[in-house]
Amino acid sequence: MVPLSAYLLLSGILFACGVTGFLIKRNVITIFMSIELMLNGVNLSFVAFAAHWQALSGQVFVFFVMVVAAAEASVGLAIIIAVYRTRETLNVDQVNLLKL
Amino acid sequence: MTETSLHLWLIPILPLVGTAINGLFGRRFSRQMVSNIGVGFCGAAFLMVLFVLSEFFALRLPHIETYATWIRAGSFQADYGFYLDELSMIMLLVVTGVGFLIHIYSVGYMWEEGGFYRFFCYLNLFMFFMLTLVLAHNYLVMFIGWEGVGLASYLLIGFWFTKDSAASAGKKAFIVNRIGDFGFLIALFLLIKHFGSLTFSQVFASISQLPSEASGAGLLTTIGILLMVGAAGKSAQIPLYVWLPDAMEGPTPVSALIHAATMVTAGVYMVARSHLIFDRAPSALTLVAVIGTLTALYAATIGIAQTDIKKVLAYSTISQLGYMFMACGVAAYTAGIFHLMTHAFFKGLLFLAAGSVIHAVGGEQDMRRMGGLRRKIPWTFWTMTVATFSIAGFPPLAGFFSKDQILWQASRRSVALWVLGESTAFLTSFYMFRLWFLTFFGQYRGAADETNAHPEHAGTPHSVPTASAQPAVPWGHRIHESPKVMLIPMVILAILSLVGGWVNIGKNFEKFLEPAFSRGVAGYTLTEAAPQASKAVGEQGGRELQSTLISVCAAALGLLLAWLLYQRHPELPAHIAASLNGLYSAVVNKYYVDELYAFLFVKPLIEGSRKVLWQGIDQGIIDASVNDAARGARQVSDSLRHMQSGNLRSYAGWIALGAAAVIAYMIWIALT
Repeated sequence: MVPLSAYLLLSGILFACGVTGFLIKRNVITIFMSIELMLNGVNLSFVAFAAHWQALSGQVFVFFVMVVAAAEASVGLAIIIAVYRTRETLNVDQVNLLKL
Repeated sequence: MTETSLHLWLIPILPLVGTAINGLFGRRFSRQMVSNIGVGFCGAAFLMVLFVLSEFFALRLPHIETYATWIRAGSFQADYGFYLDELSMIMLLVVTGVGFLIHIYSVGYMWEEGGFYRFFCYLNLFMFFMLTLVLAHNYLVMFIGWEGVGLASYLLIGFWFTKDSAASAGKKAFIVNRIGDFGFLIALFLLIKHFGSLTFSQVFASISQLPSEASGAGLLTTIGILLMVGAAGKSAQIPLYVWLPDAMEGPTPVSALIHAATMVTAGVYMVARSHLIFDRAPSALTLVAVIGTLTALYAATIGIAQTDIKKVLAYSTISQLGYMFMACGVAAYTAGIFHLMTHAFFKGLLFLAAGSVIHAVGGEQDMRRMGGLRRKIPWTFWTMTVATFSIAGFPPLAGFFSKDQILWQASRRSVALWVLGESTAFLTSFYMFRLWFLTFFGQYRGAADETNAHPEHAGTPHSVPTASAQPAVPWGHRIHESPKVMLIPMVILAILSLVGGWVNIGKNFEKFLEPAFSRGVAGYTLTEAAPQASKAVGEQGGRELQSTLISVCAAALGLLLAWLLYQRHPELPAHIAASLNGLYSAVVNKYYVDELYAFLFVKPLIEGSRKVLWQGIDQGIIDASVNDAARGARQVSDSLRHMQSGNLRSYAGWIALGAAAVIAYMIWIALT
């Protein structure tokens, strides 16, 4: 039986990887994948707790997260394509018109 | 009330309807239509008053009609209601009667003015408020009228509002009246606080239980003095008289109606109405007498040296109002009201006649540019003569009876008051005959065309009375008698000035009015003079005759002196003025009171407002705090706007940092 703390530790590592990737990567696609990594890190802790407390709601929540992530992925990819078409780059540092 | 209603509310409402019609639609009406409406509704109010008079003697007085509740706050209640007794009956007759005549006169006087409908709208509005004032059955409704007549007065003084002096005269009248109204209001608050009501019957019922404040100052004395402050403002007494001479900027019928016959007597009416308060506050009553007497004498001395015909009459009005307060101050309220009535006749007439003179000579108001008008405008001359002899106090004209009554009552109270009163009578006679001689006798000294250059007075330029600066008569003006519509009211008023005093022969007027002042005060004599009077009737009669003779002598002396100075030796006044250099210029300049007030009150107020309130508080604190708040927000934003770099990863970094901070905080909470 794997202890709960191991799951949480792994979840934390995954989330931290996602945050780090989000912060240091410049490519939009990579940033997008980092977001997915963060979501899945959180999902892992949801299911770990659900298993630990024998409660179903955590698992339900994971499905919700996956549904939202799927929707987000489609919208996000569409935006990325649109950005690429207009600016011909995927480097977020060059997509910085929205500022004061 | 068990009695049938007389529908007293109709009396003030009728002129208000006239105001509404003329005010709303008058612009589109012809002049004939406007004057029909204005005069008609005023006349209807007069007829209504006559109807009330016909029912009057069958009434159980005081007749009170209440129509609706206005304010109810806790135990305090103020109703819309009217109060009819002998006092308000007299006031109603004077206000509507004289008012009606002056309305008729105005049709002729204002015929060629712009804003004709506006004039009649305001005039009717004035009638509404004045009738509300005299009919009110509590102080609060009276206050509506009190403020309303002030408003109407302001509008009418500033009727020629394009003229700067008229506009500022209106403002001055309004502001000086506010000072008086402040005293009046505080008196009302004190009444509410201590008697819980402002209704005459209730307040007076409570007050008649109280003892007289024989010595020192108590509540009633305070209220009395504050009421007198209000009355001094409205009735132009020292120290608040300064607005009335300036009010002569208004059209002459306004001066006659508002600033001679009716509105300025509101203060006298109010003091008489509040006689129960004053009866129990001898100190306040003494103050009323002293202010009245001093004002009478003081204004009369200024009147001597004025050259503007309307200014002479204005100071004369102040002086005569002083007589009325003198009468009230010696608790001779009937004499005061009697003089109020006769004064309305002869002073109203004097103003109308002065207006007719001004009309005749083409807008000239300076008496030095008149003279010799006796034969050119005979009707004006003769009516003015009646009024002049009446105000000077020659028997058997109206002014003689009322003034004599006041002086006689004053002499019973104090010799000093009587001496000052007689001196005023002499001065009154002198300045009135000075006006009379200067205007109607001698040679014509003006610029208006004496010959019949213009057969009909087409487009006569008497529209805006030129302020005695220059005789601005651009294209010759034939001196002409006024039209009939102006002369008829003058003749009626002349008859009233002639016979109006006869109502008091055999003390009939006093007997009629006396119940209004003795009702509800059973077992309390009005003055200590009353028992004395019954004690020594014979001796009193002798003294009264003596006092009368002295009054007539004073009047005759005034006439003689005026004749000597202005008819026989017209060069003498200049010599006398030169020899009395300092005193004369002080009198001509009205003792520099306007300048003194400007120095003491107006200038400090304006400077204080500018330096402290405007530049200090408004600009320094209020504006500055708003501006500084805006500037601060801008500076903070300026430094914070660099966070909005547009760089996605820096935003993400901020979010991560924030999330880390929240988590750290939660861990810290969990640990402690």
